[in-house]
Parts: sequence; C-alpha cells; structure tokens
Amino acid sequence: MRAYLNRRYHFSASHRLHTEAYDAAKNRAVFGKCNNPHGHGHNYTVQVTFSGQVDPATGMVCNLADLDAFARTNLLDRFDHINLNTLDIFSNRVSTTENLTKEIYRIFQDFPSAHLERVHIEETSNNSFDFAGDMQPVPGIH
Amino acid sequence: MIFLTRKADFSSSHYYWNDAWSPEENQRVFGKCANRNGHGHNYTLEVTVAGEINSTSGFVVDLKELKDILEREVVSVYDHRHLNLEVPEFKTAIPTTENIAIAIWRRLDNKIPNAKLHRVRVYEMPDLFADYYGEP
Repeated sequence: MRAYLNRRYHFSASHRLHTEAYDAAKNRAVFGKCNNPHGHGHNYTVQVTFSGQVDPATGMVCNLADLDAFARTNLLDRFDHINLNTLDIFSNRVSTTENLTKEIYRIFQDFPSAHLERVHIEETSNNSFDFAGDMQPVPGIH
Repeated sequence: MIFLTRKADFSSSHYYWNDAWSPEENQRVFGKCANRNGHGHNYTLEVTVAGEINSTSGFVVDLKELKDILEREVVSVYDHRHLNLEVPEFKTAIPTTENIAIAIWRRLDNKIPNAKLHRVRVYEMPDLFADYYGEP
C-alpha cells in the first residue's frame, strides 16, 4: 500500500532580498523592508513529503533515521544559522522562499529510499510556499 | 466537492519489532523504537472526507455523527492502549505511523454516510505524520 510520510525540519537563517538587476531605489520599492542592507532572519520550517509502498518488514515508507541523517547533512548543516545570501545558489538569484523551496526540493530529490512528492516551507507562520515539481498536488494533500 | 476534516486524539504505547529478525537486526533497523518495554505518543488523527453539501442541512456530513464514528471505530480501541498488545491489527503489522494510518482507513472506509473517505492523516508528533489515501 502506498502511503505518504511527512517530516518537518527547522532552521534559522538570515537573508536580504536584493537584485543587481535593479538600482537601489527600485530594490527598495520592490522588496520593501526585506531589502534592508543588513538583512533580517526567519525561523524556517521545511516539511518534506515522501511516498512509497509500505515495506511489510518494517511498516515504513522509508527509515526515518536515514531521512533524518540525510536532512542533517544536506539541509541543516548547510542552511542553519547562516546568511542565505552567502550560498552559491543565491549568488545570481534572489533568496526568496520561492527560490529556496525549489532548491530544497532539488536537494531532497537525491534521497534514495522514497519518492519526493512535495516540499512545503513556512517562512513565518503567515507565509508558506509549496513546490511539487511538475506534479499536480492531490486535493487536500496539505 | 467539499473536503471536511475532523480531528481526534489518542494516546497509546507501542514498539517496533519484526519477529522474523534477530534482536540485533531489530535494534539496528528500529533503534530506540525497538525497546520491548515500549514507549508512547500523543497521536492526533485527522480524517478528511469528501462530499457534496446537502441543500437542506448545509452539511457534507453531520460533524457530531463523524465525531461519534471516530470515537467508536478508533479512539475507543486505541486510546490508552498498547497498540502491539491490545489492538488486533497490530498483531501482524508493526504499528508505525504509516501502518496506523492504513489501519484507521480500513476501520473507517464505508462507515461514513453521505461522504467518501478522502484522507487519513496520523500525527505521531507535530513534526512526523503519515497520510493514506486508500491507494493500493
């Protein structure tokens, strides 16, 4: 039987929304307080959804310890308590949570033991973002 | 089509163990979850049903009736119980979050009048939960 495993991870990081494609005035106009030159930060929550057949031997879609170890190495060790703008991936693209969501989706696609369905990121309790690749989300999957 | 979700809570103990494996293999795969004295969680169940609105009542389903079904079929069986030792479906299946979601689906499927069971979501903790949509 195909089931879906959801796991949430938390990290804290700073960023600044800014693009060299705009002059200073336009950056301020477009990004508002998010363009503050000294940056600001968030407690991000990353929710990953994996699907797969439940292994009769383990009762699991994938081993949670393996997923947590993957997330430790590939997500938390790279993103927690840093300035996102210092990462190579944001050297030529704005560190919005839209772009962050697509990057984290790309990262978790490499987890070998189950199929990544979706990445959901909460930047604050009022802002959240979802990326599911080219898949149409199942109604009510959230 | 409207989707309606009702929550319920239950607190249960469990452990993970596969009798076909050696104790060492169980320990390696399941880690601290293999402690045979068990451990417990406050589970949250979210049941989502799908249906059309009854033009007279304005309901998809009567929430009180749905609450009573969840209580009768799930909570009264699982709450303050040891899942491995006291709940029949876990004599043969390990009570992981995934298997609990599947077992609850089987308990609820075709028992909810005027609506189709859409999703069973089981939170073992706020940061760990499983979904089952009835897929083979």
